[in-house]
Amino acid sequence: MKINIPKKWIITAITVATIISFMACEKLLPGTPPDDSLLDGPVEGLTPEQHQIFLRGDVAFNDDVFTPTTGLGPMFVATSCKSCHAGDGKGHPFTTLTRFGQKDSTGNKFLHQGGPQLQNRAIPGFQPEQIPAEATFSSFTPPANTGLGFLDAVPDATILALADENDVNGDGISGRPNWVYAPAYSNIRPNAIVRNGKYIGRLGKKAATYSLVQQTVTAYNQDIGITSTYEPYDTYNGLEIDPEVTYQTVNDVVFYLQTLKAPIPRNQDREDVQAGKQLFINAGCGKCHTPNLTTGSSSIAALSNKTFHPYTDLLLHDMGSGLDDGYTEGSATTPEWRTPPLWGLGLSKKSQGGQYFLLHDGRAKSIEEAIQLHGGEGQQSNTNFQQLSPAERNNLIKFLESL
Amino acid sequence: MKKYLLFVIASFFFSHAGAQIDPSLLRRVPKDTSRLPMNMDAVYNRPFLQMGKLPVALGGYVEANYQYLSEDGKSEGHQFQMRRLTLFVASTIYKRIKFLSEIEFEDGTKEINIEFASVDFELDPLLNLRGGVIMNPIGAFNQNHDGPKWEFVDRPISATQMLPATWSNVGFGLYGKKYTDNWVYAYELYLTNGFDDKIITNSENKTFLPASKENKDRFEESFNGSPLFTGKVAVRNRKIGELGLSYMGGVYNKYQEDGLTLDKKRRVDVFAVDFNTTLPGIKTSINGEWAWVHVNVPDTYTEQFGRKQQGGFVDFVQPVLKKSMLGFENAVLNAAVRLEYVDWNKGTFKSTGGNIADDVISVVPAVSWRPTSQTVIRFNYRYNWQRDILGNPPAKLAGYQFGISTYF
Repeated sequence: MKINIPKKWIITAITVATIISFMACEKLLPGTPPDDSLLDGPVEGLTPEQHQIFLRGDVAFNDDVFTPTTGLGPMFVATSCKSCHAGDGKGHPFTTLTRFGQKDSTGNKFLHQGGPQLQNRAIPGFQPEQIPAEATFSSFTPPANTGLGFLDAVPDATILALADENDVNGDGISGRPNWVYAPAYSNIRPNAIVRNGKYIGRLGKKAATYSLVQQTVTAYNQDIGITSTYEPYDTYNGLEIDPEVTYQTVNDVVFYLQTLKAPIPRNQDREDVQAGKQLFINAGCGKCHTPNLTTGSSSIAALSNKTFHPYTDLLLHDMGSGLDDGYTEGSATTPEWRTPPLWGLGLSKKSQGGQYFLLHDGRAKSIEEAIQLHGGEGQQSNTNFQQLSPAERNNLIKFLESL
Repeated sequence: MKKYLLFVIASFFFSHAGAQIDPSLLRRVPKDTSRLPMNMDAVYNRPFLQMGKLPVALGGYVEANYQYLSEDGKSEGHQFQMRRLTLFVASTIYKRIKFLSEIEFEDGTKEINIEFASVDFELDPLLNLRGGVIMNPIGAFNQNHDGPKWEFVDRPISATQMLPATWSNVGFGLYGKKYTDNWVYAYELYLTNGFDDKIITNSENKTFLPASKENKDRFEESFNGSPLFTGKVAVRNRKIGELGLSYMGGVYNKYQEDGLTLDKKRRVDVFAVDFNTTLPGIKTSINGEWAWVHVNVPDTYTEQFGRKQQGGFVDFVQPVLKKSMLGFENAVLNAAVRLEYVDWNKGTFKSTGGNIADDVISVVPAVSWRPTSQTVIRFNYRYNWQRDILGNPPAKLAGYQFGISTYF
């Protein structure tokens, strides 16, 4: 029996089938970038409940934008967390933080004049803060956020064991912790080591921040002008005002920062990268940029007892007069800087607008330039690097870019 | 407001309730095809239904769609959306006095707006007075935005994310046209309520003119007491097409209150050029718009909010088949593409001198089928490359959209 199907139905069916086939083609949709090309994303091993908290923190960190209506300023540096940490990577000079104070370690003398941080912007109708004439200052480019939970979970004893304050081993490197007062709201780490009421700071360019909670609420307050129950004082007038973010938001953001994955190294099998790694060790870079650290016990199982590769010892080192801005925090002296983690270094361009802004204030526009600016305790490694052949230097740079 | 809405909805319902009204009483209001239509006529150049000899005509359009979009490999899955339902009521009050209103329900009932509600007095073809809620004639899309007229599911990014389409305000103004055999010249001049400081203090984290649409009070009072001026001149040739030049500007911030100075006066100025034409022979329709935005942002505010913006779009629509299809006489199958670009922050960083990005490029190939000129079924594929303010590698968004839109 012959069935006559009207031509219009055939055309309609072909059209619909073509459209559905087209829509089913995943190749026309952008693919997921390789995991090792991104700095954001959670650490492996979180539970579904922890994923929910992570996502809440992700929204608060990356989507929340503050306006005068929601508490921005009146004086501020940035309008959101994401403004400083695009893709959770290193920041750009346009959101550089300026800290002002004095040369000695006796405490900031300018707290009553808005110190330590300069709020260099203001909402319309208001004027931003000015650095007092007699104050010294330093500029800090926003750091990457990745892997902060691992750094946070390193036991104090591990950090202290890496220190060699009096250079007993005579290698010219004398790292030491920055001993700081922990804010009253701090959850002191288990087995914390205390000296004269001070604890080991481990976050920030001068390791003057004790914990991620302190880092978070201080950034809300000093960078965005947002008060919380932890930091209730308005940076504009110093008066205590109602909290502008909730406990919940602060806790979610802290959890988000704590559980961001560690950067995933790339091209580790390449010969030039492996050769570069050996040169890095031979040049003595690894004496401060410690390749391996191990976390202690953590309430987040995914962070507990993990060995990771941050390339930092979390200690302060004297980096010489070239990097001495004449400003200090905590017990750090003016030329002392915390060893910055090198992990994620090769991905920095992707969060800094396509070029490097390295060292504490972004003055170095290349990895090579950053090495060349190492003085003080870093001078010998700098010299060793300069004495390498161009090919060897290139391999070492390739290794650093693979992190 | 509520009573007015109920009246409109009830009127519309009764006009379509065939069991209660003899459908033969309903008739289409014939379009005036004797004169060259321009973008400024779009508000009246719509299909209306009239009941008998009642001086009230009704109309509207609906837009619904399905989309599957993915950004850098992450998708929110299958989405079905009721973009908008718009109702028109027009009335000729007297010979040369007419009224038209347009009420829009967007995203279900998430937003209900009076987009247009004006009385027009024709004193002379060259001199008409318009008053009420008007659509500021900046560019062309703001006035000529009805869904069924377009082959694309989404409205242009530059028109809705840089310019604030659909942008309506309360005000008064004049318009007029001068016809010759092949040419028509037109102008529009309006003073209305305007923007507010949300354009630089919003959660979009960019200078964003549409943020002022959140201020529903603008239909009741001006934010700062300074009127927004909008003016446009346009010329159309029967064979060539239409070209429009428009400007909109005024003070956007609250610079004083209760006699106290709060800030200095800060202006927003927008310039736009629009054009449309149909190539003879192959009948390719080209329709585009480009705009420049200048905002006086305080120097001490963040560079996150751009002082200058620019962007636009151009649509190419090619009829590929025009014949009776599936029982619809004069059905048309079109192939189309839209190219879009917006730079929300044109300038350089003070700190580095480097370029500020914050931009998007978009390409939207499309196929549309029009069983009648008033109804369109459209299938779009969209690909966006959007960079953040620093110019980091762009977020890539792509996906499929399928939608219908029709006048009723």
